[in-house]
Amino acid sequence: MTDWPILSAVTFLPLVGVALLLLTREDSPYGRRNILNVSLLTTVFTFILSLFIWAGFDYSNPGFQMQERHDWLGTGISYHLGVDGISMLFVILTTFLMPFCILASWTSVEKRLKEYMIAFLILEVFMVGVFVSLDIVLFYVFFEAGLIPMFIIIGVWGGRDRVYAAYKFFLYTLLGSLLMLLAIMAMYWQAGTTSIPELLAYSFPAQMQTWLWLAFFASFAVKMPMWPVHTWLPDAHVQAPTAGSVILAGILLKLGGYGFIRFSLPMFPLASDFFAPFVFTLSVVAIIYTSLVALVQEDIKKLIAYSSVAHMGYVTMGIFAANAQGVQGALFQMLSHGIVSGALFLCVGVVYDRLHTRDIAAYGGLVSNMPKYAVAFMIFTMANVGLPGTSGFVGEVLTVLGVFRVNTWVALFAATGVILSAAYALWLYRRVIFGPLEKEKLKALLDLSGREKAILYPLIAATIFFGVYPMPVFEVTSASVDALLNNYTAALEAAQSIALSAN
Amino acid sequence: MDTIIKAIVFLPLIGFLIAGLGGNTIGAKASEYVTSGFLVIACALSWLVFFQVALGEEELIKVPVLHWIQSGSFDVEWAFRVDTLTAVMFVVVNTVSMLVHIYSIGYMHHDPHRPRFFAYLSLFTFAMLMLITADNLLQLFFGWEGVGLASYLLIGFWYKKASANAAAMKAFIVNRVGDFGFLLGIAAVFVLFGSINFETIFATAATYLPAEGTADAAAPIITLFGMPLDKADALTGACLLLFMGAMGKSAQFLLHTWLPDAMEGPTPVSALIHAATMVTAGVFLVARMSPLYELSPDALTVVTIVGAITAFFAATVGLVQNDIKRVIAYSTCSQLGYMFVALGIGAYGAAIFHLFTHAFFKALLFLGAGSVIHAVDGEQDMRYMGGLRTHIPVTFWMMTIGTLALTGVGIPGTMIGFAGFFSKDAIIESAFASHSAVSNFAFILLVVAALFTSFYSWRLAFMTFFGRPRASSDVMHHVHESPAVMLVPLYILAVGAIFSGFIAVEYFYGHHYEEFWQGAIFTGVENKLIEEFHHVPLWVKWSPFVAMALGLFTAWYMYIRRPDLPKYLAEQHRGLYQFLLNKWYFDELYDFLFVRPALWLGRLFWKGGDGAVIDRLGPNGLAARVLDVTDRVVRLQTGYLYHYAFAMLLGIAALVTWMMLGSSI
Repeated sequence: MTDWPILSAVTFLPLVGVALLLLTREDSPYGRRNILNVSLLTTVFTFILSLFIWAGFDYSNPGFQMQERHDWLGTGISYHLGVDGISMLFVILTTFLMPFCILASWTSVEKRLKEYMIAFLILEVFMVGVFVSLDIVLFYVFFEAGLIPMFIIIGVWGGRDRVYAAYKFFLYTLLGSLLMLLAIMAMYWQAGTTSIPELLAYSFPAQMQTWLWLAFFASFAVKMPMWPVHTWLPDAHVQAPTAGSVILAGILLKLGGYGFIRFSLPMFPLASDFFAPFVFTLSVVAIIYTSLVALVQEDIKKLIAYSSVAHMGYVTMGIFAANAQGVQGALFQMLSHGIVSGALFLCVGVVYDRLHTRDIAAYGGLVSNMPKYAVAFMIFTMANVGLPGTSGFVGEVLTVLGVFRVNTWVALFAATGVILSAAYALWLYRRVIFGPLEKEKLKALLDLSGREKAILYPLIAATIFFGVYPMPVFEVTSASVDALLNNYTAALEAAQSIALSAN
Repeated sequence: MDTIIKAIVFLPLIGFLIAGLGGNTIGAKASEYVTSGFLVIACALSWLVFFQVALGEEELIKVPVLHWIQSGSFDVEWAFRVDTLTAVMFVVVNTVSMLVHIYSIGYMHHDPHRPRFFAYLSLFTFAMLMLITADNLLQLFFGWEGVGLASYLLIGFWYKKASANAAAMKAFIVNRVGDFGFLLGIAAVFVLFGSINFETIFATAATYLPAEGTADAAAPIITLFGMPLDKADALTGACLLLFMGAMGKSAQFLLHTWLPDAMEGPTPVSALIHAATMVTAGVFLVARMSPLYELSPDALTVVTIVGAITAFFAATVGLVQNDIKRVIAYSTCSQLGYMFVALGIGAYGAAIFHLFTHAFFKALLFLGAGSVIHAVDGEQDMRYMGGLRTHIPVTFWMMTIGTLALTGVGIPGTMIGFAGFFSKDAIIESAFASHSAVSNFAFILLVVAALFTSFYSWRLAFMTFFGRPRASSDVMHHVHESPAVMLVPLYILAVGAIFSGFIAVEYFYGHHYEEFWQGAIFTGVENKLIEEFHHVPLWVKWSPFVAMALGLFTAWYMYIRRPDLPKYLAEQHRGLYQFLLNKWYFDELYDFLFVRPALWLGRLFWKGGDGAVIDRLGPNGLAARVLDVTDRVVRLQTGYLYHYAFAMLLGIAALVTWMMLGSSI
């Protein structure tokens, strides 16, 4: 198992699909069918293959596993892959969500299907690449490159104001990326290596940590997104096609959180500790502010997008609480949010495909003729609200618990999200699903098709399974998180004793 | 025994899944029989467990089911913990739930969505059972939110009605306000005790407080919302946070507004959820956590005050309501106040005793009201009823028994009386006898509330069953007694409403107290209330009786003797009448204080914060500048993409070049 490069295989397998797609022609009668089948099979195979990573994963080993390393350009930069308890499940999440994206685009994409699928498969390569990279330059390449297919997806297959949305994203991201690039250069200059495991073991001087932390923060905060750099997200979501929204909410948003846990916390522990109150403040503001904004939205997708920002507030808060509950809760919240928000966008896609509007006021009373859809939507709504028994609850309660141990005020404000999320989510559900079925256009809508059931039912199963039995996730993450936190506290203590002895 | 307990909890879940997923396939009849059948089994098993645990040898049974969450030292399991308290709740929940299931077969006869209805009922039962069997606070919270979900679904069962949808949302959101405190309370308990498992908490609690005067006693152990608290105060803080959850679920003063609106749901739901079981979850929570509350007199004082105010406030509103279900809803709210007073003064046994008897007679009243509504074609306004006594005699007698039990009819000093007589009088007398700082306050409010209770209960009976019929002749023509499937549950509940007090009093709050509870509820060494309340002065023992008689007489005078009087009084005291009729204007107040500001803030943040400030200063402003430049330099269609890729490539190239140079130097 160990000498077989499974991580490379999972990462680059979608390229095989791309190659096949390049050979097909879209205009023939079977062309469309072939493109869809090839894409679906590729993503399903990738998912199955990725499960072998989980199967071969050693729970007790906190370090990186299944490493592959080849020198690259002879510069110290290397092609270095590996996973640990923090990154492994994100790989699975990515490969798990891809087939649903393909299925969601089955009929809704009418033009340039081939290019669309190629964009998605390449996107998958980059996304998986981010999570398995163990070289910071490689990480940066994947991290930034993944945005290109996303831009294309929004820009070409997006809605009316797609250019504006993509432009906004571009402006936000560019600044953060450049700062991160500078920070990476500085780190190389200081530590003489670009290898992540080596950088993790290196301790940067306190002064430098502050600047590096801020530079990384600029990039990750935008990706997260944290308030106040969140305004690109609602626009991007609204304009993106359904599958684009799923990837955006499910995976792209997780890059920021992953970055915080992978880089900020362990590499710059002193700065993380110093800036924690700052992050708490932004997180709490995000939770309350965006929940209130979600309350008054008139567009379904925008409402869910704003609720995503609020949920990411719990993640950042949990990470910088820097204790087991906080960090594990944050990891779990990200995984759960990947499934739940992805599913919510798929739910929006179901009605959007039928009626071509996201206007909440255009709906009402769907439960009468779409009962199965109503049930699915209800379950995801409840998961979004954080009802115990769904995966949404576990992350929320752990992050609140984690932060309560550090600062009760933060926990108090964060817990108001419990009330506000119920308000906006149920208000949305009531307006879309409940009420009398009076609008003429809605009366003809059919309930879930077989394909839509195949999309939503597995996600329901996952949502409830991980709500009732989340242990598989904690078994994976606990060793790595414990090790991370031990190093973190050790670094803080060391700094403290130095400060004491200096006096 | 383990299997039996698992069966009790999981049978309703299975029933829910069958009726919920396969309801349309197997049909409405089958769904009804499956869910009701499972409940009959669960109920029978519950009584078995009750006899084994509460009255028999078994002390405490723990049934592990599944590992749930482990993160650092935070470790919780799915597990069932069955002691006397749970066994009592088993009996209450499953008996009422079974009867409501059966009753609903008749009541919902014409509804096209019966499988869904029965699925929800069973889902509720399952969640409630998870709540009462919880082994730790988090599982309790699961059940807590689960019953909230079921309540939300059932209140909004008739989803085409806007008022039902609004009431369902309101119930869920107001409950969430309580849950907000509950969640923080769980976190506080975890920080204080290092665990949220009951076993650990209770074991630690016994020796938690350091002896007074020691160095430990004043040392702050946690900073809660800016206040450095020592151990005793921290405990109070945790208890108050948990109590906030109890206030939401049990509709206590300030968080009560959802309960009357919840009457939008079908009447059997009101009987099961909003009278007998779910709303008593808060009482259960405090009784379950009695080892903590007993250590915190301050928290108990707050519980007493809130309970007493609720008992009084809800009773005043109940005086003037015209909707038959709303009167009973406010009555429930008020009776829950009694239970909280009992908890607050340390008479936990009395609280659970009242919970137990109340479940019977309040369910009886609600189901009786349902039978009335069924008879008069869905009319709920008592102003359009009257004179129904001769038309539906069985319902009339059942309602009368319920009323006698609720108002606590009985002869003080003897063992003769209806269920409410035993439990309510025990609470009132204990309130007088207790050493709580607010015992007199509580005693007076409870006695006044007892008078009001008697008045509005008899007012309800008189307006509905006596006098001239005020319904249209068309409706009166159709008035019919309910079928047996609805009446039999009433008979069973009536038996409970008559005898449950007499039979159970010695166990719950009398001579067999110790053997019965076996430590399931904790009373401190200094708490001798169970002895002391017997020795109150004679006038105290008679005060609830006098209040009850006075209420009955007033109601009789105003609604039988002088039916013109209420209208006259209402006009005379217009301000007061409107104040009570509009429920002290709480809905309007909350709308003004919370709902509108939230929406206003939302719009402000959206249009103002995101739009006018962040976007204008951020991306849009930048975009405008960039466009100025690009317009002049070169026109790139969708240039952003190439820009971006280009910038990134440049960056990478620069980095790589620099590294190559760097390494060669």
